[in-house]
Formats: sequence, structure tokens, C-alpha cells
Amino acid sequence: MIDAVVSATEIRKHFGEREVICGVNFDIRPGICFGILGPNGAGKTTLMRMLTGLSPITSGDYRLFGSPVSDTSLHHRIGVVPQQDNLDPDFSVRQNLKVYAGYFGIGAAEADARIDELLEFSALTMRGNDQVSSLSGGMRRRLMVARALINNPDLIVLDEPSTGLDPQARHLIWQRLRSLKTQGKTLILTTHYMEEAAELCDELIILDHGRILTRGAPRALISEHVEAEVVAIRGLSNELDAIELCEGLSVRLDHVGDTWFCYASDARELVARCTGRLELTFIHRPASLEDVFLKLTGRDMREEG
Amino acid sequence: MNPFTLLPSHILAVWRRNYLVWRKLAGVSMLGNFGDPLLYLLGLGYGLGHYIGEMNSIPYMAWLASGILCSSAMNTATFEGLYSAFTRMNQQGTWESILATPVRIQEIIAGEQIWAATKSLISGTAIFIVAGLLGGIQQWDTALLALPVIFLIGLAFAGPALAICAVSPSYDFFLYYFTLAVTPMFLFCGVFYPIDTLPDFARMLAQLLPLTHAVALVRPLLTEMPLTLPWLHAGVLALYALAGFTLAARLAARRLLR
Repeated sequence: MIDAVVSATEIRKHFGEREVICGVNFDIRPGICFGILGPNGAGKTTLMRMLTGLSPITSGDYRLFGSPVSDTSLHHRIGVVPQQDNLDPDFSVRQNLKVYAGYFGIGAAEADARIDELLEFSALTMRGNDQVSSLSGGMRRRLMVARALINNPDLIVLDEPSTGLDPQARHLIWQRLRSLKTQGKTLILTTHYMEEAAELCDELIILDHGRILTRGAPRALISEHVEAEVVAIRGLSNELDAIELCEGLSVRLDHVGDTWFCYASDARELVARCTGRLELTFIHRPASLEDVFLKLTGRDMREEG
Repeated sequence: MNPFTLLPSHILAVWRRNYLVWRKLAGVSMLGNFGDPLLYLLGLGYGLGHYIGEMNSIPYMAWLASGILCSSAMNTATFEGLYSAFTRMNQQGTWESILATPVRIQEIIAGEQIWAATKSLISGTAIFIVAGLLGGIQQWDTALLALPVIFLIGLAFAGPALAICAVSPSYDFFLYYFTLAVTPMFLFCGVFYPIDTLPDFARMLAQLLPLTHAVALVRPLLTEMPLTLPWLHAGVLALYALAGFTLAARLAARRLLR
């Protein structure tokens, strides 16, 4: 695809002996929000760092707007929102944006006009002269998004944009990101919140151990990989008990700790059986992206990293 | 794309960021830069100077003033290249945030190095004025030439400091650098007494160190001592500045661009 914003062909990354990205292929169409999902340590951040020139690729062809990612002039066309808060604590909100504009060679007058717009966009107009240390977590994250937009980029790359935010702050960030998409920007984000991916992404890949497990639109992935309905049950004494409960039904069983997940295309009969057993607590819900994620990446605990 | 591209506008943007932060706390910062050397000049220049009188036929106050001017340029640039730069590199993520823009790592290092030298110049100028008032400057016609030299001294010490910063695991590591490099130079490179006093091997060693050449260049500009081999001394300082820059840029790239 010639007009893909990003194209990755057989890209690999080694840290010493360890291969963290193992021959990955994907491309990203302009104007969409593309999600990179995966458990901790799957290689999401590495994939992003390679894209923004912060981490050299070991082999393969990784292109952004048709140029290799090592082309430093690409930085004029991308905005980066990193996972770690690296706002300048010594500056006010406005100064943070102004100094950042300086790195792009944006003149003072142009920067001031742009900053007014961006503060408006981030709902920070009233806080322009405040020190960043006085801002809430959600405000700081919005300021980081604003900072990434200072050069009016065509592509915005966000590494876990809503991690650590309360629901209100998270929804405000999502709303801002959606409005960027309507402005025609391309967004790439990593996340391990399935809800976030389902809310925002037009298309996503699920990454684990440096490999792409699947790719598609959130809805399509759900219907492709899991049954339509889920009953999550607690209170079953053991596996045999779970199997007996589902006897004669077409149900796929899975469990995490003491909770059993029963996947079925029609769960009415199972729900009726559960209702009859008073010692059980259960929730009946439609299958979500989280079920796809857990099915593909396994339910075992992951180490941080 | 040449990884060694150095755009002046990028370097200036990095320098300017540090300048804007400094400007907010300029008063406190100046007091620090300025207080220590002033105490040395008063305490040793007057106190010890009273007993010593002259050193190599120069009043001790003038001898010491030129030495302290150099050592404070060393300290200021070293401190900035170690502690302040480490905070920006490691604690605050400032360098990483800049790397998401068109500015490249070698331009960040260059900006930091020039900024550290600027701070040497700022504190050096303050000491210069105090030294003048205390009678530490004998030759006003050449004395002003010492100021650009102080800037060069700042570059020469900021480069190696930034290289150390780029490989440091923590702030504690800097103590080694002070104990093994900065303090020995302060004591053995001619700040307090002529290096001719040292045993042969120590004198030869001192000749390899940048502070010796800094003192050899600055002292004749402020006093009646004759200036010998100025280009050699300036050349050694420039060499330290360039080698430090190259090393720091490589090490910082290795640390941040993994």
C-alpha cells in the first residue's frame, strides 16, 4: 500500500541475545486510530520507540510516510505522547509549550497563537500560567497531548495515554483523541485497557512475545475469536463441578483463579441453571475485546516490565 | 542522515531552555557560584597572603585570584554537566522529551556543554569583579581577555563531565569523579602554588590536566607574569572540550537510543 502512513516489513529488534520484536509486519492507513495491544513486556513500547527514532531497528524495513524511520526530518510530522510524564517541572503550562515549540523552530508569534488554540483544545486555558506541578494527573496528560500537537503533526503516537487516570479524566482524553481523528490525523496508541482500545481504535493488533497474534477491527476480532456471550461464575467447587454445570451445553470453559468463564453463542440455558444454584454468583454479558485478549495471550500472570 | 548533524538553531533551543530555567532562580544560583570562591579569596588571599606576601614575585592575592577564577570555572561547568544534566537526562526525562522533536542527541549534548560554559562565564565574571575590587587584578589591559578564556575552560570541563553523566547509574557515582579528578586538579594544578614545586612525575602528570593549562593561560592575563605558549594551552583546553563532547554524545546515544 503506497499511501500507508506506517509500513513495517519483517522488523526485528534484539537486546543482546534477546529478541523482543520477532519479524513483525503491519501497515497503517491514514486517518485511523490504530491500537497496539499486548500484555506487559509484549514489545509495544519498543515498537513505538523504533517508530519515533528512539530505538534503532535491528533488521527489517520500518517506514513512516514512505521514509525509513531513521530519517530525522520525520520528527517534524509526528507528535509523541510518552508513557512517562516528562513535562518540564520548572516551567508553567504555557512555557512548557513555548519551549517545546522552540525545538521545532517555530517562531514566537506563531507559537503563541498555536498555544492559545492548544490550551483551548485541552481545556487548560485557565491554567496557562500555572506551574505544571499544580496540575492534576488528567491535566498533565492533556498538556502532554497538547505538547505533542505543537508542530501540527500528521501522526500522533501515544504510549498508554490513559494509564493512571480516573474515569472522568480518561473520558476527557478519549474525547480529545476522537476529535483529533475527525481532524484527519492518524493516531497510534498502545494500551492494555481493552475498553480504551474498543472505544478508540478502528483497527488493532494484539502483540505478545514480540509477535502479532491477530489483527482487525475490535468488533470483527470479537466475532472471529470468541463466542458472543460470556457467563462469569464464582462459587463452583472445582473443575468437575464446572463441567457438570455445563453438561450437554455447547460451552467453552476457561478460568482465572476462582472465576470460571463460560463462552457460548447462546447462554440462556446456562443462565437458567446458574439461577437455580443459590451458592453461585454470576454475571452474564456480551463478549468483549478483553475476552479475545485473554484467549490469545493466555490467562497466566505476567511480570512487570 | 548524518548522525553528527549539528544545527545551531537546535543547539540554541537546548541552551535557551536551560537559560530560561536558570533565569527564574538566578539570584540563588549566583549566590552559590559566587559565595565559595569569594570565601577562598578573603580567607586565603588575605589570611594566608599576609604570611606569604608574594609568590613568584606576584602578590599572593593576585596569584590566588587567577587560580580561583579558573577552579571556579571548572567547578561550575563540572557541577552543571554532572548533577544538573543528570537530573534532566534521568529524573525529569527532559532529554527524552527533546528527542521526540527534530533535535538530536549530539545537539542536546552541545547545547548542554555550551550552557555549562555559559554558567562558568557568569560565575567567572562575578568573581572577576570581586577579584578586581580586592586587588587581585594587576593588568587591566589584558584582564578582559580572561573572560573568553573562562568560557573555553567551561567547555573543557563540561565535556568530560557530560561523558561521566551519560554513564552514571546515580548521583552517588559523581563523588568518585570529584575525588579522583576535580579535587586533585584543584590542589595540584597551580591554583594555590606554582607546579614547579611538585616532584617531577607529579609535574608531568599535572601538565596533562586541563586545569594546569587554564591557570597557565589566565594568570598571565591578570598579572604581570609573562604569557608563554598561549596557543598550546588554549589547544589543550579545546582538545578536552572536543574529546569530551564526542565521547559524551556517543555515550548518551548508547544510553538513551537503545
